[in-house]
Amino acid sequence: MRSFASLRTTGTPWLLLLPALALLAAFTHWPALATLWHSAMSTPKKARPSRFVGLDNYRAMVEDDVFWQALWNNVIFAAGTIPLSIALAIAMALWVNGRIRGRGFLRLAYFTPTVLPMIAVANIWLFFYTPQYGLLEQVTQALGLPSHNWLGDKSTVLGAMIVVAIWKEAGFFMIFYLAALQGISPSLAEAAALEGASRGQYFRRVLFPLLMPTTLFVLINALINSVRMVDHIFVMTRGGPDNASTLLLYYIYQVGFSFWDSGYAAALTVVVLIVLALVAVLQFGVLERRIHYR
Amino acid sequence: MPADAGSLPPPPAFGASPASHALETAAAWLLGLLWILPLAYAVWTAFHPSAFSTRFDPAAPLTLQNFVNAWHAAPFARYFLNTTLLVTMVLAAQLVLGTLAAYALARFEFRGRDLVFALILLQLMVMPDVLIVENYRTMNALGLRDTIVAIGLPYFASAFGIFLLRQTFKTVPRELDDAARVEGASALQVLFKVYVPLARPVYLAYALVSVSYHWNNFLWPLIVSNSVETRPLTVGLQVFSSTDQGVDWSIITAATLMTSAPLLVGFLLFQRQFVQSFMRAGIR
Repeated sequence: MRSFASLRTTGTPWLLLLPALALLAAFTHWPALATLWHSAMSTPKKARPSRFVGLDNYRAMVEDDVFWQALWNNVIFAAGTIPLSIALAIAMALWVNGRIRGRGFLRLAYFTPTVLPMIAVANIWLFFYTPQYGLLEQVTQALGLPSHNWLGDKSTVLGAMIVVAIWKEAGFFMIFYLAALQGISPSLAEAAALEGASRGQYFRRVLFPLLMPTTLFVLINALINSVRMVDHIFVMTRGGPDNASTLLLYYIYQVGFSFWDSGYAAALTVVVLIVLALVAVLQFGVLERRIHYR
Repeated sequence: MPADAGSLPPPPAFGASPASHALETAAAWLLGLLWILPLAYAVWTAFHPSAFSTRFDPAAPLTLQNFVNAWHAAPFARYFLNTTLLVTMVLAAQLVLGTLAAYALARFEFRGRDLVFALILLQLMVMPDVLIVENYRTMNALGLRDTIVAIGLPYFASAFGIFLLRQTFKTVPRELDDAARVEGASALQVLFKVYVPLARPVYLAYALVSVSYHWNNFLWPLIVSNSVETRPLTVGLQVFSSTDQGVDWSIITAATLMTSAPLLVGFLLFQRQFVQSFMRAGIR
């Protein structure tokens, strides 16, 4: 403040910001806007250059069953992944933060999936789910259950993906809860104990409300991840069988880089941008009131 | 509050009965074992002959042959080099650009600062990961397709890094800054003599998060890279395991472990730093 004002030259901050802003503009702001424009253009073909087609791409989208399936799959994927991984993350954090035997090992076990590349662990899980040979099949066979092709069956493939996503994410979210738990004064628990509260009551009435900002932060991250996380699809199912495991971003990849239909891919990207904008509205409507950046 | 799990005060003894405590410990361990199971399974398969890849015989002979075979089946040495180059380049650019931008946002007052900050934070929502179609078009236009630079370029300016460093710089006492300036130091000198040294733990935290993110990144590299000379490990692994290896799981899991090994070993060695870095990166 005070003495600072006189030392400042107006150009300096802009010079400092210039490189970062230029790159952000080129690879975030411009492509986001260009997507809107290109979604109203046709895909250039050999004889016909790209031309303005208005809402044609969106009209095609409304009639595209695969799009609706991908959108619906993504909703299920998010709804299946987020609550469970958050609940598990809270349980993990409470355990690892408590007086449990083998705390070091448990923290390691929970967190390890976070460090591994999704593309690599997807290979492991693919083997895990393999009919007849896979570990899962060996367990179900030992229990005398019928053989099942988890990734080859339309009704179980998305569930199998959700399991992988929960496994990958829960330990990551645990870290944020762990950090929050360590910021909570132990005297609160002592006071609650003196008042005769049970552990369950202490968790519901004291801990959980105190962890609310963390939960909202994690929720935003989880929502973004549910749009972004598609690497495992490439290895495990390629969207199949019959598009039963296609998620939006994976479909954009297919349309844009397998069918090379850039106009339609842009229109699909607009849908993803709208979803992300809704997440942002959620964040600024709910989260921002609780956490202040300054 | 230091995020040091090792020196915690003992958690309060809440009237949990020994029985329920034992039950909870069992649940925690069951979950822990489930969580480590896929990795343990991969280690078993990779270190045993393929005849034992699904037979759990304690007498099975150990072997490194799967790793040797995987290493020779694809240009993994080149992929390792590409990933190393990529990760180093991205981190260096992120640190330099992030430091400069964060300093401007933390310690200068100028018209439009809040707007600029909001525009930067936009990237937290709209990551380059979802703008693949347009960014591919741009890389094509720039003639950068199939280069390592193109894989890294969209990530050079990181909103997350700028945000993290801005928060840290804001905690530096103004008096230190003023004192340096009174002695005639320029803005840049103050930045590198005062702010950067004080933010060292945050730089380490950010570096760990960034390196593990870009080591693992897949979709964008898959799209822009198209040759052995540019492909990072993740894409190389995918190309390797999807071209028919006669589905020899032992070799595929060996390759899988190999590509994750540097991160995994680093994580095991620096476990506490890793966990704390992710915490530090998350809570600010």
